[in-house]
Amino acid sequence: MGRIGVIFKRELTGYFATPIAAVFIVIFLMLAGTFTFYLGNFFTRGQADLLPFFNFHPWLYLVLIPALAMRLWAEERRGGTIELLFTLPVTLWEAVVGKFLAAWCFTGIALALTFPMWVTVNLLGEPDNGVILAGYIGSFIMAGGFMAIGSCVSAITKNQVIAFVISVVVGLGFVLSGFPMVLEFFSGWTPQFFLELISSFSFLTHFNDISRGVIDFRDIVYFLSLIGFWLFATALILEWKKAE
Amino acid sequence: MSSIVEIQQLRKTFGSIVAVDQVTFTVGQGEVLGFLGPNGAGKSTTMKMITGFLTPTSGTVKVNGFDIQSQPLDAKRCIGYLPEGAPAYSDMTPWTFLLFMGEMRGFRGQDLKRRVSETVQKVNLEGVIDQSIETLSKGFKRRVGLAQAILHDPSVLILDEPTDGLDPNQKHEVRALIKEMAREKAIILSTHILEEVQAVCTRAMIIAKGKVITDGTPAELEAKSRYHNAVVLRFRGPLPEGVPDILHNVSGVKAIEELLDGEAVNGYCVVSEGGQSILSEISECAKNQHWDVAEVSVDRGQLDDVFRSLTMPAQSLT
Repeated sequence: MGRIGVIFKRELTGYFATPIAAVFIVIFLMLAGTFTFYLGNFFTRGQADLLPFFNFHPWLYLVLIPALAMRLWAEERRGGTIELLFTLPVTLWEAVVGKFLAAWCFTGIALALTFPMWVTVNLLGEPDNGVILAGYIGSFIMAGGFMAIGSCVSAITKNQVIAFVISVVVGLGFVLSGFPMVLEFFSGWTPQFFLELISSFSFLTHFNDISRGVIDFRDIVYFLSLIGFWLFATALILEWKKAE
Repeated sequence: MSSIVEIQQLRKTFGSIVAVDQVTFTVGQGEVLGFLGPNGAGKSTTMKMITGFLTPTSGTVKVNGFDIQSQPLDAKRCIGYLPEGAPAYSDMTPWTFLLFMGEMRGFRGQDLKRRVSETVQKVNLEGVIDQSIETLSKGFKRRVGLAQAILHDPSVLILDEPTDGLDPNQKHEVRALIKEMAREKAIILSTHILEEVQAVCTRAMIIAKGKVITDGTPAELEAKSRYHNAVVLRFRGPLPEGVPDILHNVSGVKAIEELLDGEAVNGYCVVSEGGQSILSEISECAKNQHWDVAEVSVDRGQLDDVFRSLTMPAQSLT
């Protein structure tokens, strides 16, 4: 096990050593269920798929993931342990990736615990399980995108509340940029390529494709490069102002 | 004696503030270097640069020949560091925390467990080993920090205020531990407790406004004191008349200060000119005058006096 693995293990067990794990998972499952059944009309739609379930994931992540991510670096800074971490024989990159992977994996665990949803839909009808698998993959990789944004914002400040609010706002920007109301605001007075650029940055545009079962290489690349970009920014910010 | 830590022209600025200014020194095996200085003098900043946490504005740090900037991992492997305030992951227990730090240092399996247990014994953490760190007292937290610093038996130890906030017994323990390890390591510690310098350091360095003001053994520092070789004279019973005038005429005497016992003067401190030894002259004089002397002693010099005069130059003139 390398140093990324050691950091990963410590972070992940850290979630379960505190009430964070229980609170996050319970609330995530409750909200996911409520949205699916009440707002998504899971039963009355009469279709054996999990679209109403996946459709709400961007909004769930928008609020819940910054709550997890806000402590990633803000906590290290506040407790002074950042000084301990970066005087160990570990590279900046290993620390950033190790902590991110642990947080991402934790959301993966929460997501996996929604399996009763999958069981239900299989009991009620005959869904296309390939589409559902694609939905899960898309949801997980999108969670990584939100987490990477949160990781970067958390590196900026030692105040967790500020980290939370800014992450939500940045995340909202990425979700909404594909929305008609945002696009309409820009349409007419900006060139077409700019509109397409904004829309191509949207989590929704990319996630909707995947959750309908279309795993397009470009959507996966989009999310992975987004994660890469924000983690790179995290490392830059830490290098720049780790001592503050 | 080979030098393990080599620091050349180290400088750090934050905006227009110069925190550390052209600091150069080396520390060898067996040396315990004490950083002394007022708060904000640049002690911690210097330590943060040596340990690779802060990037210097200019200058180099070499640990065992490894440059902290171009070979950070190799250099950091040789260093044990106790940051100011002894931070630790507060949701962990000392046991899991030390296991984590050991794993980060590359130890695994039985070797890791053996090292952690040995270190826990060394710093007396057995009693709280399974309590979460946030519930520990300041003294225990400090010991946890010390434990992680010495876990991998580093050749260089950097300790930022290792005894700050400890009670006298704990201070004594930590100092004993430092002394015990001193032979095989190069140790740099910062403190503003002057007695600590006398107790553990083989060398002391006073830093003020980012600059090294003086560097020498504690004895050499004491020799810079106004009170170096001053003679303390205390009388039994009532004070004879005209003592100060008589003492002023003894050769080598620079000044005479009254010593108080409560309200009343019961003796004098005779400050010598240029720190020369004046004990024999004073005792000769006392004998000739038939003074009833209770105590005659020679002051080695007071570090806090040196400290004050060096770090506040304007007031040292008075």
